[in-house]
Amino acid sequence: MKSNFLRGMRDGIPIALGYLSVSFGFGILAVQSGLSVFQASAISASNLTSAGQIAGVGVIAAGGTLLEMILVQLVINIRYSLMALSLSQKLDKRFTTPHRLLASYGITDEIFAVCSAQKGVIVPAYMYGMILIAMIGWVLGTFLGASAGEILPEAVSSAMGIVLYGMFLAIIIPPSRRKKSVLFVTLIAALLSIVFKYVLTMISGGFAVIICAIAAAGLGALLFPVTDEEEEAGE
Amino acid sequence: MTVAVYIFVMAAVTYIIRMVPFTFFRKKIKSRFVRSFLKYIPYAVLSAMTIPAIFTSTGNVVTSAVGTVVAVVLAFFDLPLIVVALAASLASFLTGLLI
Repeated sequence: MKSNFLRGMRDGIPIALGYLSVSFGFGILAVQSGLSVFQASAISASNLTSAGQIAGVGVIAAGGTLLEMILVQLVINIRYSLMALSLSQKLDKRFTTPHRLLASYGITDEIFAVCSAQKGVIVPAYMYGMILIAMIGWVLGTFLGASAGEILPEAVSSAMGIVLYGMFLAIIIPPSRRKKSVLFVTLIAALLSIVFKYVLTMISGGFAVIICAIAAAGLGALLFPVTDEEEEAGE
Repeated sequence: MTVAVYIFVMAAVTYIIRMVPFTFFRKKIKSRFVRSFLKYIPYAVLSAMTIPAIFTSTGNVVTSAVGTVVAVVLAFFDLPLIVVALAASLASFLTGLLI
C-alpha cells in the first residue's frame, strides 16, 4: 500500500514541477484580477484545473452571474468527464465508492495522461500519491505567484501573464500539426473568438468561450467524426 | 455577491463533472458524434481562450506578440509544455527590456 503511494508520488514529480511554474502565472493573474492571495490559493486548492480557473477568475472579475460561472465551468471542464469515464474502466477492485469519490477530485489532464499510460489496473494509493504531490505543486505555485506578484518588478510579473497561454498553445499546436481535424477545430474556435472579442462585444467573455467551443467542436464532430483507431491511439 | 460564493460554485461544478462519471458510469458512450464532440472540446476551449487574449496577456501588444511567436514555434517542434510556457514568458520579458 505504502509503496504504491510512493510510486504515485514519484511519477507525479514532473507534473508537480510543471504545475509549480504554470500556477505561478495563475497566481499573478488572479491578483491582477483583484483577488487576494488567500482567494487565489483557495481556488487552486479546491479546483485543481488551469483553464477553468482562469475563466472562473474572469467571471469573478467581471462580476458575472452564478449561472454564467456554472456554464463556463461545465463547458471548459466537461473534458474531465470523458477522462473520468475512461479511467473508471481501469480501476482496481480496491477502488470502492468512497475511494472513487475522493480520487475524482484529482482527475486533471496530466494525471489522467500518466494514469492512462500505466500498465494494468490502478490502485487508490497510487492515484492519491500522484494527486497529493501535483496538488502541492499547484497550490504552492499559486501562493508564490499571488504573493510575489505584488513584490516582483512590473516587467517580470507582466511577462508571467503569458505563461498559461503559452502552455495552452503547447497543448493545441502539436496535435493541430498532425491532424487536419484538430487544426480545423482550433482555427474555427480562434476565428469565432476574435469575432466575439471585437465585433459581438455585447456577449461576455465567459459565454463567448462557451459558444466558440461548442460551435467549433460540434462542426468538427460533424465533418470529422473520430474513428475507433484514433480513439485507441489516444489522439 | 462575495468571492467565496463564486469559488464554492466553481469548485462544486468542477468536482461533480469529474465525480459523476468516475463513480457511477461504467459503459462506453456509443454515439460517434458525442465521442467526437468530446474529443474536440478541449482544443476548441483552449484555442478560444488563447486567441486573441494572448496578445494582450502581458499588457503590451508587442511583447505579447513576440512571446506568442516563440510559443508557436517551440510548440510546433513538440517541446515540453513547461519549456514552451517559460520561453514565451522569457521572450516577452526580454522584448520588454528592449523597447
